[in-house]
Amino acid sequence: MINRSLKQLATMLANKQISSVEITSEYLKRIAQHNPEINAFITLNPEKTLAQAAAADQRIAQGNAEPLTGIPLAQKDIFCAKGWRTTCGSKMLENFIAPYDAGVIERFDAAGAVNLGKTNMDEFAMGSSNETSYFGKVQNPWDRARVPGGSSGGAAAAVAARLCAAATGTDTGGSIRQPASLCGFSGLKPTYGLVSRYGMIAFASSLDQAGPMAKSCEDMALMLNVMAGFDSRDSTSLEHEKEDYTRKLKDNSSDKPLAGLKVGLPKEYFAEGLDGAVAKVVNDAIDQYRKLGAEIVDISLPNTMLSIPVYYVLAPAEASSNLSRYDGVRYGHRASQYDDLMDMYCKSRAEGFGAEVKRRILIGTYVLSAGYYDAYYLKAQQIRRLIAQDFTEAFKQCDIIMGPAAPSTAFNAGEKVDDPVSMYLQDIYTIAVNLAGLPGMSIPAGFASSDDGKPLPVGLQIIGNYFDEARMLSVGHAYQQVTDWHTRMPEGV
Amino acid sequence: MAFNNTKWEVVIGLETHTQLKTKSKIFSGASIAFGAEPNTQACVVSIALPGVLPVLNKEAVHCAVKLGLAINAQIAPRSVFARKNYFYPDLPKGYQISQFELPVVGMGELTIQVGGEEKTIRITRAHLEEDAGKSLHGDFHGMTGIDLNRAGTPLLEIVSEPDMRSAAEAVAYAKKLHELVQWIDICDGNMQEGSFRCDVNVSVRPKGSDKLGTRREIKNLNSFKFMQQAIEYETQWQIETLEDGGTIHQATVLFNPDTGETRAMRSKEEANDYRYFPDPDLLPLEITSAFIEQVRATMPELPHAIQAKFEQTYGLAAYDATALTSSRAIADYFVATCTAFGGEAKLAANWVMGSIAAKLNEENKAIAESPVSPELLAGLLKRIADNTISGKIAKEIFEAMWAGEGSADSIIDKKGLKQISDSGAIEAIVEQVLVANAAMVAEVKAGKEKAFNGLVGQVMKASKGKANPAQVNEVLKNKLGI
Repeated sequence: MINRSLKQLATMLANKQISSVEITSEYLKRIAQHNPEINAFITLNPEKTLAQAAAADQRIAQGNAEPLTGIPLAQKDIFCAKGWRTTCGSKMLENFIAPYDAGVIERFDAAGAVNLGKTNMDEFAMGSSNETSYFGKVQNPWDRARVPGGSSGGAAAAVAARLCAAATGTDTGGSIRQPASLCGFSGLKPTYGLVSRYGMIAFASSLDQAGPMAKSCEDMALMLNVMAGFDSRDSTSLEHEKEDYTRKLKDNSSDKPLAGLKVGLPKEYFAEGLDGAVAKVVNDAIDQYRKLGAEIVDISLPNTMLSIPVYYVLAPAEASSNLSRYDGVRYGHRASQYDDLMDMYCKSRAEGFGAEVKRRILIGTYVLSAGYYDAYYLKAQQIRRLIAQDFTEAFKQCDIIMGPAAPSTAFNAGEKVDDPVSMYLQDIYTIAVNLAGLPGMSIPAGFASSDDGKPLPVGLQIIGNYFDEARMLSVGHAYQQVTDWHTRMPEGV
Repeated sequence: MAFNNTKWEVVIGLETHTQLKTKSKIFSGASIAFGAEPNTQACVVSIALPGVLPVLNKEAVHCAVKLGLAINAQIAPRSVFARKNYFYPDLPKGYQISQFELPVVGMGELTIQVGGEEKTIRITRAHLEEDAGKSLHGDFHGMTGIDLNRAGTPLLEIVSEPDMRSAAEAVAYAKKLHELVQWIDICDGNMQEGSFRCDVNVSVRPKGSDKLGTRREIKNLNSFKFMQQAIEYETQWQIETLEDGGTIHQATVLFNPDTGETRAMRSKEEANDYRYFPDPDLLPLEITSAFIEQVRATMPELPHAIQAKFEQTYGLAAYDATALTSSRAIADYFVATCTAFGGEAKLAANWVMGSIAAKLNEENKAIAESPVSPELLAGLLKRIADNTISGKIAKEIFEAMWAGEGSADSIIDKKGLKQISDSGAIEAIVEQVLVANAAMVAEVKAGKEKAFNGLVGQVMKASKGKANPAQVNEVLKNKLGI
């Protein structure tokens, strides 16, 4: 059951071979068994979850099920869900029970999906290893000593260890794609504005975007069908015509189903900094695409190296302001002892936020300060436009861009915690996509051996033009029909 | 003024926070009605819960464009909402959404009249922003209560150039702006409830200097009287300080109405660095010319246009025309009266500015609450114009109308107040008076004009004021042979 696709589960539910309560119970059992070690979930509420499953079964019995009705999904703890504790991985919100639903949660509820629980994450989505979470680090199911990536690390471990049928994540600089690469599953960050940000706790508003994390492109297409859509409560939500993201998923009818597809390889993504074993896996995957009929062309994204400095000006700038609301006045952590108002602010925030969040608030406050704004924030905005321009030029030469999603396989827990810059470099291939607002995804492309001989997953990143998710999914789907990397499961779960 | 104003010149600029008359908040659907129980109008956006987002209320943009058109300003085709970052307990997000570099309304102007002179005050800009909540002190046992009902209320901050040179000019500008925002129906103008609040920047400099002195900002003045007092006090304080060899430091000051003094609240040097940057949750505000035209079509005629019309169509003097356009309600009342009356507009103007205004003032009522409607007033004016009643009787009838006793005609009938224009009746009264006042008749005949007026008075008295005064004059002159 745990390796079934969402479509197969839906068929089994429709045929009464299994009930949602049964599927859900099975996942809850697996979670009870593995979560104490893996720590993929911060909050579980089996009673609420099973009630939702029972309601889904009723709906299926009444014959008005939708494709995801009764399917148990893990929700990143960044989405407010009414009645659920919503922590965003922070002590600041340790006891915050959301009184309202995020747009994404509403949509899954309306579709009849079941909320299995809230997944662990880097604090306020700031991190690439899930080690900044107040609720503890998450194990990578492929090697428990290693990190799952971040910030959607809990969701990543949950999908990889089959603790849920699929999960949601959010991606500000690579937080869906890098963990998808490190944990060996499929993760998609849609075009900025495609999925509502309403009720999704903000890190960097102009970059944050929610997306699906699942076992296959087909599953992601079904998830995106529910998630995507205009929301009038989010001013940056785009009014885009409703699409069926499964419509381009075709069985490979010939040897060369991708004939006519032009795939661009940015030379900057294969330069210094990319682990050799990772490069080999990615190149093999590209060979596979060649075999599927795709034409491979060399392209350049000349400003790639600037994306990290630009990101680490803009994202902290927005974050420093977005996180000002956590002041201990209305909700969230408030220091128990303080002398006056200023002392209450200082102590509440000093106690409530972790080191990485504080580091970014400091950076953000600095770059927005009088006298520095032009040199940092304004300059970064200008370069951001150049980075987006790089992609516009590239897409004149190709339909799809491919490359690695992360420069290395999963690293050991603790390895980079004291070296923020090396941690930030984890996102070197993913950040530019957020800065440009483009869709990007990572799909399993094979394994590279660790130093101690363990196989560690490697992801292939596929970047599309704006609103080209349906094509990206079909390109990934064609690959997943001729490879089985995405069906591999770690041992011991 | 006590200070030596031959040597010093005061320079004044105003920042006015105008609360817009929308139904809901500027970035959420919560109500903005005044006086609700604390925090009952604080939705998830007002409280700034994690994950909530702002959505611009188009009605607020409509209001801003209206003001822009009314002050003949540039409406920016693209303006940007920015975050002004600072911590305060009644500022739930830790930042205020405002407009900084690119405001919605650019340079405009407003013409004021002071001492019979016209002066044009330039308005630098007007920008949209959200109001903060309120901190409530007391009743909380040493703690502070926070009411977020007001948080997110739409404001239009209207910033003038430092073009005013006296407290009188500043007050005239503020009053004119106050009239205008109500006239175009974007603000209820209620100063007690804080719908119209002024911050006044005051500096002084030696006369003839073209360099501005250091300014101090008087915050949150909520009456014109206080504004006048505060500016006068502040000006004098600054001049005295400079004349005593002191220097003025930039500061924010508060006016204490009890002492009539201004006092520094905080020094600007310690002020926050607000770290303004464009709000990434909101797209730039784009205003098309089609939208501007749509708003223009809903604009009422503006006071200065109506003044000109009053002068031309009704032949009123500039003074009367200005007084009758001090609010849209007064202008509408006047026009309605003239239309119903159909007679000489000057007579209508005199009554609207005279008896009506006096009564409203006395009873602290708005013209919309006047118990005498334009139609009722017109009924009275008709009877004055056709000599049915004298001016004196008209006053008496007006009082009765105000008291709700009905139309002028019905009161005239009921009280028998119709003017006596029957020459036979008047002659009879005149003869009685002449007989009874032989001494006065003798004086008149001796050439004493005063005695003639005395006789007229006697006749009027005998007729209980109802005799037509012109006829009385004529008949008397005939009888006395003068």
